[in-house]
Amino acid sequence: MAFPRSLSQPQLRVAKTALFALCALPFLVMVLGAFGLAGVSLGANPVEELMDRNGQWGLRFLLITLAVTPLRRITGWHWLVRLRRMLGLFAFFYVLMHFVTYALIDHRLDLGIIVEDIIERPFITLGITALVLLIPLAATSTNAMMRRLGKRWQTLHRLIYPIAILGVWHFWWQVKQDLREPLIYALILAVLLGYRMWWQRRQAARSADHDDGLTGDPDGGGKPARPSMPLAQ
Amino acid sequence: MIIKRPSDIRPSEITDEAIYLDRRRFLQAAGFAALGAAAAVSPPARAASEASQPKIQGLVQSTLSIDEDPNSWEDITTYNNFYEFGTDKSDPHRKARDFQPRPWEVSVSGECDRPGTLSYADFVAPHTPEERIYRLRCVEAWSMVIPWVGIPMGDALKRFEPNSRAKYVTFKTLLDPKQMPGQRWPVLDWPYVEGLRIDEAMHPLAIFGIGVYGRELPNQNGAPLRIVVPWKYGFKSIKSIVSIEFTEKQPLSSWEKAAPSEYGFYANVNPEVDHPRWSQASERLIGKGIFAPRRPTEMFNGYADQVAQLYQGMDLTRNY
Ligand code: HEM
Repeated sequence: MAFPRSLSQPQLRVAKTALFALCALPFLVMVLGAFGLAGVSLGANPVEELMDRNGQWGLRFLLITLAVTPLRRITGWHWLVRLRRMLGLFAFFYVLMHFVTYALIDHRLDLGIIVEDIIERPFITLGITALVLLIPLAATSTNAMMRRLGKRWQTLHRLIYPIAILGVWHFWWQVKQDLREPLIYALILAVLLGYRMWWQRRQAARSADHDDGLTGDPDGGGKPARPSMPLAQ
Repeated sequence: MIIKRPSDIRPSEITDEAIYLDRRRFLQAAGFAALGAAAAVSPPARAASEASQPKIQGLVQSTLSIDEDPNSWEDITTYNNFYEFGTDKSDPHRKARDFQPRPWEVSVSGECDRPGTLSYADFVAPHTPEERIYRLRCVEAWSMVIPWVGIPMGDALKRFEPNSRAKYVTFKTLLDPKQMPGQRWPVLDWPYVEGLRIDEAMHPLAIFGIGVYGRELPNQNGAPLRIVVPWKYGFKSIKSIVSIEFTEKQPLSSWEKAAPSEYGFYANVNPEVDHPRWSQASERLIGKGIFAPRRPTEMFNGYADQVAQLYQGMDLTRNY
């Protein structure tokens, strides 16, 4: 493949800038549409359109974030992990905009309605749970927090798994009749989580074989495998 | 608001959308919906598709119209729920382009003395088309105002002389997966089936819809023949009808069959009975722009005075 296994600092900076622009693009299009600029339109029901697009992008970015580790292991592009924080933060951003559209634009912060929805409508209960769980992850995404939390950081960030499951489940329960779209997301999520389970098993088997506890983990850079934390990334 | 007196306006003067939009601009000039302005500006591509729909001749105004600004042709013809063409709102106008609404036949059968199969032209010919501006409230909690063209359902049904066992009317949509790509996937149990109690079908507000904005129905709106029952959620107003049957038993409608806990036979608009997954207390107004507030939903979609007596003594929480 044309990509190297690692990138230099300037290369990484270019990659990050390009990725940021790419990730922000759907939001830019939505802003243009919301104000009818540059010929972009959100159609007849712009509030629903904003809600749907932000929700979809939130879910997509959750899955993209979860795809980083498998991709890195398969391709050997270790620099991918350096982009993961941005992807995760964009997932949070789009889900937050999804909620802002719902709470502010659609319901004008009418707490009565919002609280009733959260309590009475299971798909919203799932959604808000996912959003609330995302908050500590976004808040601890800085290098400083990573250092401060040490090992606990990884434990905390495993919340991404239940969050992704809640997100897909929320979508599943929200659709009226046609389950094809949420089914696609569910299948992708199943592959991403299934890969991790497979990897965990393989690592466990290997470390049993090699009693020195060292494995040829292609992403570990020769570090000791940590069978106790195989899901961490 | 401008009060329209149907008696002193000739139909030819008011059926063009341009005139509706002029009214709308007038209201905006009066400081009405500043943010709605963008929505009222029509993209050029649309005019062609409106102009390509044949005009319906001999249209008269109905006193049953509501006095509200209709949505634009664009809104009405590009934001549709018509699962026969796909489940996305934009599917119908994209995928119904090649649909053939003519020749078209409607079979009328069941508990009536004069059953038969009629061409579309023969079905509608004896009736004077009326413009009826109704609010359409979708079960998904959004609404539009649509200038339908229709014929009174009761008048049309009486021609077939329903007998005393005709307690219900059952309607079916065309089943033709070749023309209706949405039918290639079992989202619903095709063909779409809907029904009304006979007294509902005979109610003066119920119509067979044959057009919008004074022109024949676009394919995505249910060409060539649909029903419009304005006090019920939109999904009751079945489109592209090929079969009408008078029955003694209450039919099982498609959505009722698919999700009986969410969609009932009656499906009357009712702000007090929520859909299990969302509130029906208010609705989003299509075409009013992104910052327009939701509108409180009215009992029977604002037609309570006219239709509430049909449901006297019924528990509307159970008969949703
Ligand atoms: C991780 C968190 C979340 C994810 C990934 C997510 C994702 C989605 C997706 C993909 C949809 C379907 C969009 C479509 O129909 O195309 C959706 C719909 C919806 N979500 Fe969420 N969501 C999340 C959190 C929330 C929260 C916190 C709320 C509100 C409290 C919420 C409220 C809704 C509503 C009301 C809809 C239906 C929109 C409509 O009427 O079309 N969601 N969400």
